[in-house]
Amino acid sequence: MDTEHISLLKGREKQVYEKKQGGAEIDIACDTKSLSGSVSQRACVFCGSRVVLYPVADAIHIVHGPIGCAAYTWDIRGAVSSGPELHRLSFSTDLQEMDVIYGGEKKLYQSLIELIDQYQPNAAFIYSTCIVGLIGDDIDAVCKKVEQEKGIPVLPVHSEGFKGTKKDGYRAACSALMTLIGTGSTEGISKYSINILGEFNLAGEAWIIREYYEKMGIQVVATMTGDGRIDAIRRSHGVSLNVVQCSGSMTSLAKDMEETYGIPFIRVSYFGFEDMSKSLYDVAALFPDRPEIMEKAKEIVRDEIRKYYPEMQKFKSALTGKKAAIYVGGAFKTFSLIKALRTIGMSVVLAGSQTGNKDDYRRLKEMCDEGTVIVDDSNPVELSKFILEKEADLLIGGVKERPIAFKLGVGFCDHNHERKIPLAGFVGMYNFAKEVYESVMSPVWQFAPRKGGLL
Amino acid sequence: MLLRHTTSEVKEREGLTINPAKTCQPIGAMYAALGIHGCLPHSHGSQGCCSYHRSTLTRHYKEPVMAGTSSFTEGASVFGGQANLLQAIETIFSVYDPDIIAVHSTCLSETIGDDLQQITKKAKDDGKIPEGKYVIYASTPSFIGSHITGYANMVAGMAEQFTVSTGEKKDQVNIVAGWMEPSDMREIKRVAKELGVKIVLFPDTSDVLDAPQTGKHEFYPKGGVTIDELKSTGDSKSTLALGYVSAEPAAIALDKKCKVPFETIEMPIGLSATDRFIVALSKAGQVSVPAEITAERGRLVDVMADMEQYLYGKKVALFGDPDHLVPLTEFLLDLNMKPVHIISGTPGMKFEKRMQEILERAPYANFKNGLNADMFLLHQWIKNEPVDLLIGNTYGKYIARDEDIPFVRYGFPILDRVGHSYFPSVGYTGGLRLLEKILTALLDRQDRDALEEKFELVM
Ligand code: SF4
Ligand code: SF4
Repeated sequence: MDTEHISLLKGREKQVYEKKQGGAEIDIACDTKSLSGSVSQRACVFCGSRVVLYPVADAIHIVHGPIGCAAYTWDIRGAVSSGPELHRLSFSTDLQEMDVIYGGEKKLYQSLIELIDQYQPNAAFIYSTCIVGLIGDDIDAVCKKVEQEKGIPVLPVHSEGFKGTKKDGYRAACSALMTLIGTGSTEGISKYSINILGEFNLAGEAWIIREYYEKMGIQVVATMTGDGRIDAIRRSHGVSLNVVQCSGSMTSLAKDMEETYGIPFIRVSYFGFEDMSKSLYDVAALFPDRPEIMEKAKEIVRDEIRKYYPEMQKFKSALTGKKAAIYVGGAFKTFSLIKALRTIGMSVVLAGSQTGNKDDYRRLKEMCDEGTVIVDDSNPVELSKFILEKEADLLIGGVKERPIAFKLGVGFCDHNHERKIPLAGFVGMYNFAKEVYESVMSPVWQFAPRKGGLL
Repeated sequence: MLLRHTTSEVKEREGLTINPAKTCQPIGAMYAALGIHGCLPHSHGSQGCCSYHRSTLTRHYKEPVMAGTSSFTEGASVFGGQANLLQAIETIFSVYDPDIIAVHSTCLSETIGDDLQQITKKAKDDGKIPEGKYVIYASTPSFIGSHITGYANMVAGMAEQFTVSTGEKKDQVNIVAGWMEPSDMREIKRVAKELGVKIVLFPDTSDVLDAPQTGKHEFYPKGGVTIDELKSTGDSKSTLALGYVSAEPAAIALDKKCKVPFETIEMPIGLSATDRFIVALSKAGQVSVPAEITAERGRLVDVMADMEQYLYGKKVALFGDPDHLVPLTEFLLDLNMKPVHIISGTPGMKFEKRMQEILERAPYANFKNGLNADMFLLHQWIKNEPVDLLIGNTYGKYIARDEDIPFVRYGFPILDRVGHSYFPSVGYTGGLRLLEKILTALLDRQDRDALEEKFELVM
């Protein structure tokens, strides 16, 4: 069966929308569970929790469940640490049949004790997987007991896979963080201070962002969770402002912190010159009593853009008129990507996300050009169909999308866990443009039969 | 030093697994199912598992991997997943139009107690399976066994649920492939052709997970054993199962159902195991071994002799899956190397027994499998007795780096190199490739470390 000849998945009509002149109002049915039987690209609650907490490098992360859930999440995300690297190891209670029958609490307790003795972490996160939700282990009680015995925070993360979507996993992770926050001393935190939320330090991105803010004279107390440390998180309630990236994963934490500690937050994005500049200006604007901060922000933006502008023009002239398809996790990222692609002359013919909400899709519609297809929770058939139909030259997605792009003979850029180079910040935009340029213009595509390569 | 916490003192551990040397059953079932032509694997559980399995297979093969999921919700976890699976079967046939759906369970559906046999029967009775289409299933709870168990269960499911005997014997031999790469399956077919034996190989992932770039995304690539071929296995003269753990259960099922006699041998990795394979296949097909195969064997022996001086006494640590480890260990012994540490996360009596037999030639070796046989323990062993070479899947790279050991990638998963899906490591030719890799790793190291005056041009 050829993907070209597949009609839209029945029951999916409402999750696909094409922007047309005089077309109907957008009313994408999102936030729904995937249809049983669809080849969904989505993941589970546990996956959401795991990606959010994973970069905390001086804690142990133990997956309470059968071996698979742990094995698949062992060091698959390039969240870099400048010091300890406990997060890159894989710990599992490896539940067996007997445990499923009699419960896994004892095994969990024993594992925790052994691990803490061996690795001396500053905290422990315990993830419950589907099966734990079923057999009804009281992991809260185990955590409490170990916490008392070992004197470090031992935090349950209620991330049973079937209890919702990835978003619920973000929430579970945030509530684990929330129990940590407020338990440390806020001494030495200046009035001009922020936390960076929703930045995971993939390929060292958090370092880049942190450096900009520090150059502006702002103290960064905690990055959550990129290159994360327990002590920093515990005292992070001492800041004046939370700067939140990525709408999905950490907004709920920012809201909780606002409610409990009265810390205001703003939402930003670090992708693309436009959004990156804005996230510096927006922060500076909130510290008006120190105009140097804004001046410094302007200086950084000026210098950085001057540095990369000429090269960018080169990419732009080659890429102008090329078309891109975007399918990523969060909708917020899609907005930034559309803008970033425009900077290098590319238009977007397909925009989709796994977890966008109604507002996101409304905003997407406003941003997109005529003829752009907007999808929620898509599948490989749909993606292939639209990429071919709309003659895209590039797909931006994650691990499962990459080989599809390559089979179709179009370029690819990983904007997900597996990015190998930083894409955030000004230098990140340059890297992104270069990556897109090299992939779209690669000589390999001329050999692809569809593009006229000889056989 | 990512593994800087690993201590050399080996202590008994109660629960914990650190850095596993295995993964869970369903991914094996998914891989096996991809070896049937026109088949869509289906994961009966929550979305997460399916997503992880697909991603891991994609990372290993750099190919699109398609599979459906029942997308369990809280409701399903309380009331059972029957409704989800019935709806999934309907959706899949009407939208993705496969010839066959191969359903495997997950921890979740197993614990709830969903009965796949009963649900698939109901799907049939309710008319949800179109004429000429099929749904097969395998029970694959991850709290038992490992990915290898899942593979074995799905392959046995194929035999059990497809095979029919018409009463008329066919002049063909079944070969049940243990867990091996598409390149290996291709090689098995080539060797059989060279021998002149007609075979039905199942499963067969060649031309599925090593598909060419065509400019199209083929949802169902050209390869895979066909349903007709699978059905015909009941009429075959005999069955050869390649692997005691991953392949034999299917051969037993075939024998039970259709009285097809079987023989189980090791996967043909290395010289001795390939010898046994060639002998068994030529016997089963009643053919004599052609000169070309003898020549292939000769080439392998020739290189073993040529390079013997660089191999003897070299200590090796290896980890991975049962059906690979047994013949691989034997091959290392044939090469006069010393397999000193062997680890597998997969349990199994037969495996242990076979390993012990092989290790009679290596009484010094440490061997552990099953629970707590993980990469952490392997690392501890290596700290206590250092080795010259490490062989195993990608996860070995942490140890290789920390301990500065030459490393040959072999097994599943390989997430950071290509080649495994294209170049076989079975048969004499595959043995030659393995040997080349081992030698390259050892000699590269010798060159790197050699003092200038001892740095040799000719080796
Ligand atoms: S171990 Fe079980 S729950 Fe975890 S990924 Fe595997 S099948 Fe799913
Ligand atoms: S078992 Fe549950 S938690 Fe684990 S991967 Fe599957 S869906 Fe996620």
